[in-house]
Amino acid sequence: MMSGLKPKHQRLVLVVVALVALVGAGLLAALALRDQASYFYVPADIAADPPAPGQAIRLGGMVENGSITTAADGVTVQFVVQDGQARVPVSYSGIVPSLFVEGSGVVAEGSMNANGVFIADNLLAKHDENYMPRELEGMTSAELREELQETVE
Amino acid sequence: MIAEIGLAALWLAAALAVLELLGGFLGARDENNELTALVRPAAVMQGVLCGVSFLALVYLFAVTDLSVKLVAANSHSMKPLAFKLSGAWANHEGSMLLWITVMALAGGLIAFIERRLPEKTMMATLGTQAFVGLGFYLFILLASNPFERLSPVPADGNGLNPLLQDMGVSFHPPTLYIGYVGLSVAFSFALGALLTRQVTPEFARVMRPWVLGSWIFLTIGITAGSYWAYYELGWGGWWFWDPVENASLMPWLAATALLHSASVLAARDALRTWTIMLGVVAFSMSMVGTFLVRSGILTSVHAFAVDPERGSFILALLALYIGGALVVFAMRANTIAEGQRFALLSREGALVVNNVALSAILGIVLLGTLYPLLTEAFDVRVSVGPPYFNPVSAIFFLPMLVVLAVGPLLRWRTDNFARIKWPVIAIGVASLVALAVVLVFFDTSVLSLLGMGLSIGVAVASFLPLKGRAIRRVPLAVWGMCIAHFGVALALFGVAADTAFQKERLVAVSPGDTVEVGPWEATLASVSPVAGPNWTAMQGDIFVSYQGGEQTETLPQARSFWAPPGETSEVALVTRWNGQLYVALGNMAEDGRWQLRLWWKPFVTWIWYGGLLIALGGCLALVGRVVSDLRRRKAEQREEAMRTEEAELASA
Repeated sequence: MMSGLKPKHQRLVLVVVALVALVGAGLLAALALRDQASYFYVPADIAADPPAPGQAIRLGGMVENGSITTAADGVTVQFVVQDGQARVPVSYSGIVPSLFVEGSGVVAEGSMNANGVFIADNLLAKHDENYMPRELEGMTSAELREELQETVE
Repeated sequence: MIAEIGLAALWLAAALAVLELLGGFLGARDENNELTALVRPAAVMQGVLCGVSFLALVYLFAVTDLSVKLVAANSHSMKPLAFKLSGAWANHEGSMLLWITVMALAGGLIAFIERRLPEKTMMATLGTQAFVGLGFYLFILLASNPFERLSPVPADGNGLNPLLQDMGVSFHPPTLYIGYVGLSVAFSFALGALLTRQVTPEFARVMRPWVLGSWIFLTIGITAGSYWAYYELGWGGWWFWDPVENASLMPWLAATALLHSASVLAARDALRTWTIMLGVVAFSMSMVGTFLVRSGILTSVHAFAVDPERGSFILALLALYIGGALVVFAMRANTIAEGQRFALLSREGALVVNNVALSAILGIVLLGTLYPLLTEAFDVRVSVGPPYFNPVSAIFFLPMLVVLAVGPLLRWRTDNFARIKWPVIAIGVASLVALAVVLVFFDTSVLSLLGMGLSIGVAVASFLPLKGRAIRRVPLAVWGMCIAHFGVALALFGVAADTAFQKERLVAVSPGDTVEVGPWEATLASVSPVAGPNWTAMQGDIFVSYQGGEQTETLPQARSFWAPPGETSEVALVTRWNGQLYVALGNMAEDGRWQLRLWWKPFVTWIWYGGLLIALGGCLALVGRVVSDLRRRKAEQREEAMRTEEAELASA
């Protein structure tokens, strides 16, 4: 046992144990972050470099005009998110936020399925109806990305 | 006038902080310095002045004085009084005023009552407290003045974010802030002890009630915040690993570690350096949390103001205090003599494992919280959520639970396994039986399975330290430990059971339709409009029954507020001992049906009962410690008196 060691050694052992655990935690965290962090995509990103099906991502863009349809079950909505360059079909089952309307900005959390449809687990629309005026619809994906940062959290 | 009084009081308090700072650090070098006598009064007066200032702000909100910019921006004459009052701190400026008020009151309190430590150490402690306080005074006075006037006076205010118009808000921020800021006292004590080379068991005993008190408030604040998010946000979740939640969890983890290491230092004079380090880290985490929440780096319900200037101000304060404390620590740590030795298998050894595991979890949460900010610097936007936090922190949390179960059975200094063999076997058997039952009868994830098994083991273990003791003679602090540990078991069981067994239904129904969720049946009777003081709502009238039993009426609402405009979902909850039914009303579908979202959440309430038990355990320990300290002090005084008497007799 440690009580047999000299005082200095015990302190050293404690420091080493603590360091090993903390560094281990740090490495573990770094590895897990690389795999588990969910990246933010706009439709153009998805067209250019599609994420693996099932990988958790966030998709941000504009809800295309005339694209929202409600399925027969009354709780599943389908719509298209676009950024002026590409379009991604989205399916969401749940209660949509009140500010979720056609032509407005939205950020969806979820993942792509094998058929190229984004299955959203959660929809975020900003709690402010002044957010993202309709005139901005035609903007580039870079501008859009900037605008959307507001909604992401 | 009231606003000006509030502002003047704040300036005066800041001036007194300068005096306290100077007097404190001069007094730490030479306790006979003239300024020394002024340090304690300066600290106490600061508490009074900040209290006046804070009350002035609450008054302005109560009467909705729209000539004050902050009131106009955040309040509305139509708002109920309770929310007008809580509106005083549900914004950036007001919450910072609350912060400094709590800090000044805590500083005043230690100045007023604490006389056990050497005067030099106290002076250094109060000086540090003033130094930290001064930065926050400047921040408020220069960058976030809550009393700023507005001209011309608007006709009415902007109102408060509807999500924040809830009793939870009246309660949740003050509790958390008392916890956050109470840790500043631990920080100041740690630096005071370090600067005057007085890292002694006495120092740990003096610091411990403060850590314990802050920790109790943090525990209650986090528990209340979790419940608030659960019923107000309408998503049915109780923890989202949202950066702001993490900001409150990190100081709690550090304070929990500090609490346990301070106990080792107080009882056994070991872990000296480590305790000092944790004292620094705990309050640093409070400040990091404030920075994350207040800087506008994160946008969420909690981020009231997006203002880069304020962010940089807080960042500068953060760098100064945390950096400064770490430099002092690095320079002085090697002057702290080695504490008492102990064997690996001993109470101390177990507490070391607990501390290392808590620190590792703290690191994991911190990295996960900061990672999105780091990647943003490279223009990559990510978010980090449960898929990262849950498994990675569990790697350290599960072993920690094992130590939590076994550690309290061990003796101080050294122990042998044979002595605790039977209790350990009992804990192991309880865990394994629970694990086997869940494994055979239910289909769950590995983490939930382990969680349920371990929670039963910990529940059994939490009361084993009472075994073989005369129950009436058990010190209050030991009861506190047992109850707090049992609370951990209860909360863990709630978490694991809710995750494993919850049932969710999302449907669109017409009046008269019935849906089933788990053992519940819910029938929609009607949906009708209702109105409140500053909102209108659609209210569902839904009858629910558990396993075909008696029907209960529930009235979930979808509310629309108009000042400022916004919507909230007021969910209906039906609580049973074994869980909660959660009913949320959604939107009307195109064909006239209403969306309903129902959850049956088995044992979910145990999470918050557990949290409250943990806090209760803390309260018992706090009362026990304070009472025994007072007794000891009284005994010492009596001895002293007897000695003087004897001396007088002898000389007569």
